[in-house]
Amino acid sequence: MMPIKVVIVGAGIVGSSIARVLSMYEDFDVTLVEKEPDVGWGSSKANTAIIHPGHEEEPDVHPLRARLCREGNILWRQWTRELSIPVKWPGELMVFFNEEEEKNAKKYIELAKLNKIPGVRVVYRNELLQMDPSINPSALGAIYAPTAGTISSFEAVIAIVENAVENGVKLLTEAEVRGVKVVDKKVKGVETTKGFIEADIVINAAGLYSDKISHMAGIDSGFVVRPRRGEYFLFDENVRVKPEKLLHTTPTPITKGVYAITTIHGNLMIGPTAEDLPMDAKDETSTSEKGLEYVWKESERLLKELPPRTKIIRTFAGLRPEPPGGHWRIEAYDDPWGFVNAAGIRSPGFTAAPAIAYYVLNLIKDKYGVSLVKKKHWNPYRSDIVRVKDKSLQEIDELIRKNPDYGEIICYCKTVSKAEVIEAIERMKKAGVKTITIDGIKFRTRAGLGMCQGSFCRWRIALLISQYTGVPLYQVVVKKDLYGVGEVKALLKS
Amino acid sequence: MLELNYDSVVIGAGPAGIAAAIRAKELGLKTVLVENRDLLGGIPLQCVHPGFGLHYFREDLTGTEFIYRFFDKMEKLGVEYLLKSHVHSIELVSHNEKIVNVITPQGVMRLNTKTLIYTAGARERHIFEINVVGDRPAGIYTAGEAQTLMDIYGIIPGKEIVIIGSGDVGLIMARRFALEGAKVKAVIELMHYPGGLTRNIVQCLQDYDIPLYLGHVVTRVVGKRRVEKVVVTKVDEKLKPIKGTEFEIPCDTVVLAAGLIPNLDMLEKIGLIIDPYTRGPIVNEFLETNIPGVFVAGNALVVNDLVDYVVEQGELAAEGAYYFVENDGIPTVDWKPIVRGRNIRFIVPHYVSGKRDVVLYARVQQPEKNVIVTIPEVGWKMKQFNVRPAEMIRVKLTKRLLERASSAEKISIEVIPGE
Amino acid sequence: MSERELTCIICPASCTLKVRIEPGGSLKIDGALCPRGVEYAKQEVIDPRRIVMSVVKVVDGDLPTVSVKTNKPVPKKCIQEVMKATASIELKAPVEIGQVIIKDICGADVVATRRVKKVNSM
Repeated sequence: MMPIKVVIVGAGIVGSSIARVLSMYEDFDVTLVEKEPDVGWGSSKANTAIIHPGHEEEPDVHPLRARLCREGNILWRQWTRELSIPVKWPGELMVFFNEEEEKNAKKYIELAKLNKIPGVRVVYRNELLQMDPSINPSALGAIYAPTAGTISSFEAVIAIVENAVENGVKLLTEAEVRGVKVVDKKVKGVETTKGFIEADIVINAAGLYSDKISHMAGIDSGFVVRPRRGEYFLFDENVRVKPEKLLHTTPTPITKGVYAITTIHGNLMIGPTAEDLPMDAKDETSTSEKGLEYVWKESERLLKELPPRTKIIRTFAGLRPEPPGGHWRIEAYDDPWGFVNAAGIRSPGFTAAPAIAYYVLNLIKDKYGVSLVKKKHWNPYRSDIVRVKDKSLQEIDELIRKNPDYGEIICYCKTVSKAEVIEAIERMKKAGVKTITIDGIKFRTRAGLGMCQGSFCRWRIALLISQYTGVPLYQVVVKKDLYGVGEVKALLKS
Repeated sequence: MLELNYDSVVIGAGPAGIAAAIRAKELGLKTVLVENRDLLGGIPLQCVHPGFGLHYFREDLTGTEFIYRFFDKMEKLGVEYLLKSHVHSIELVSHNEKIVNVITPQGVMRLNTKTLIYTAGARERHIFEINVVGDRPAGIYTAGEAQTLMDIYGIIPGKEIVIIGSGDVGLIMARRFALEGAKVKAVIELMHYPGGLTRNIVQCLQDYDIPLYLGHVVTRVVGKRRVEKVVVTKVDEKLKPIKGTEFEIPCDTVVLAAGLIPNLDMLEKIGLIIDPYTRGPIVNEFLETNIPGVFVAGNALVVNDLVDYVVEQGELAAEGAYYFVENDGIPTVDWKPIVRGRNIRFIVPHYVSGKRDVVLYARVQQPEKNVIVTIPEVGWKMKQFNVRPAEMIRVKLTKRLLERASSAEKISIEVIPGE
Repeated sequence: MSERELTCIICPASCTLKVRIEPGGSLKIDGALCPRGVEYAKQEVIDPRRIVMSVVKVVDGDLPTVSVKTNKPVPKKCIQEVMKATASIELKAPVEIGQVIIKDICGADVVATRRVKKVNSM
């Protein structure tokens, strides 16, 4: 049997999850195509990193969102275990401060019943403030949803891709899709900046750009994905206020409210805003004074106190894809035969991603008559980088005896060793990442995510990248551009 | 895990730590100097400009030359040191027993010590600490990072540079970039007066026709892949940006020299008390902190403007450690607080005994002309034509002078208008 | 007759010095609080000089560069010439502090200010 050639466009959470699920079967030969130098650099990276319970989805308006959110929440428990993805499940509290907000919030209990989300209930002030003392004591109460979790979103994509590649998926980075080739109403492949890739099935998981890819296949020119911007503050680990639960204000028609959470890495994070940008602003990830101020104000309302501004370690913004009516477009088409949309995946897309992947698998099976033969040796597991920070002194000592590079700490703030940086470089190479970026190392090792934001360790990481890839130091890539412009005398010589 | 015993463990092998380790060794303390990097020397190793050692050696040396003199001395004395060694944690056992857990390529070491001299320097404020919004592209560096890249590793970060902050670090980096052929488009300073020494304004900026914008801030960075420009806004008297005064400066590189913050996380975890004005610890005249036997010197204590002061503090901390070891703790005395008077931003140390000579380091809050710096309780006065926040005031008070204040509850330092 | 304004850098007083070149070529200096300021102004107007500092490339060393400086101040107008000269140099480790890197340029030598030890290249 010749495997079916599949190209997945976009190595975000949706594309990589689909790749992992397809890699379970003998039927497919999967290439995951990504325009950025690394995986998960679009909407998957800069979001609130919540695994939603599913009590905020209206089943009559968004049946697919409601169903796949609930299923995704359950699947993530298994996926995070299999793939060693950092996650915790503290539950969330939608906090209300007045009767109007209370009325609005109680609607979600009804939705929870409809969507069969367990454990959702109202809690009032006395209980609430004991559940999480970091909440503003003027709160009246909250809707508690115990099944909410928070995950390391960028590490999740990395882990899924590593596992998919382990199971035979090919990753092609820095390859932007320029066209979908259709002959006789059948998909033949994609034209990319890295050349043509033949395919029998093309799956569009291009997030913000999924409208563009869909149009390339000649589908629904009226389908447009708008960028919706969310801005955030991230604080140092070492602050007084660290919410135990995932806190947020009551949702408005366009947002799930402003969240205040302690991230999986121990940082207080507040945000996001929800601002609809013009259609052409799909790379407008800049922060704004107005947006950040709004987040600050809303968080002041939500929390007992905010840390001083001197404890801010980063502000950032992410863009979320917003399809018309908020409707996901997940379909397998007859015309062109072989084109599949997993397009316009807005929130709760991250939560739903594993479930979306299985949903897409079934669409392909039904629409294109695929038999689905399970691989005998499919490996569900992926281990995480061994991290000095998680270990006891005794364990660190043992690690060093095996490999002295564990004894050389490169990032002080996050206690990241040279061995971890080297392992990250090797993993990137193995996964098929062509350009080893400083940001890529940061997201894999957490070096540079601390209070100094890399001023102590960025050059050390760049030196290691240079040493282990043979790229001159100044040509090491930070994110999308070079670390330097030449040797120190380059400008005098020119 | 290897366990070793010391009288003193010095953390951080910059000039303060090296000076402390040398002095401790000279005094006969069993000492080890612990350094995270693979080389000794800290920041002076990348300071290729002169201006170092005028007080200490009475010579004008580059930072590199200055620090090598100490290397030579270390070698001669046989000062013990560990490179690539990261302090993982500190455990307090009793007032004169601490355990410093160190991760090294040879394994984890547990260093039992009576005293600790903490000289880990300061960290640089980064772009997210100065209220800048906009993009987060490549091309943004702290001054220290840019200096490491240029003057140690030999690569130039960019061609068209905007520098944020006119302290000496920013001015010196402006000149370094200009010398190597980069175009320094501007130095942007929030305050309405320069942050650095006049000498550096003249020799680093005026010599190279680099514009200095006082009372301005960078409010926005723009650039998708790499920095393309910055938006600069004028500020009012209260340092708030004035709407409508924005203008753009095209550039490919932003260098942040927006100040230093003592790097004390490791000690804060064991209960260190911080002075909000220095952002360093509260210390007595031995530079001992609120944690008995833990001394802090150099930029971890207070951000200094001269390496000579850093070295002086390192040596003093070592003497404090010696006194501590000799007496099984610093003997109980009636410490007098030193309080900030008019136009004084901070003062270090915070407590004196009056029983020995002491050196005070202070900074003024704002520039002022024709003033008298005075310590009324001891009747000390110094006339100054000019005091500026950029220039630390260093005052040595002898034991004899301090005796005049023996009945005073406190000692205060203030700047008053001259006649 | 021309006039220049300088900021004195001799001490923290930072006097503003007004230097006037008289028709005969002599200098008239106002604003200095002390004679050292007068001297400074004369030097700055007649023959301003600076120490030039940089780094040059080193191969086979424990560091890839060595820092250098002119061992005495050179005329300000020569700064570019010194810098250009440093650009084309590549040294082999070891390099010792004080080692002359460029002999006699603009009346000074360029000397090493850091030590670079030789390491075996791979």
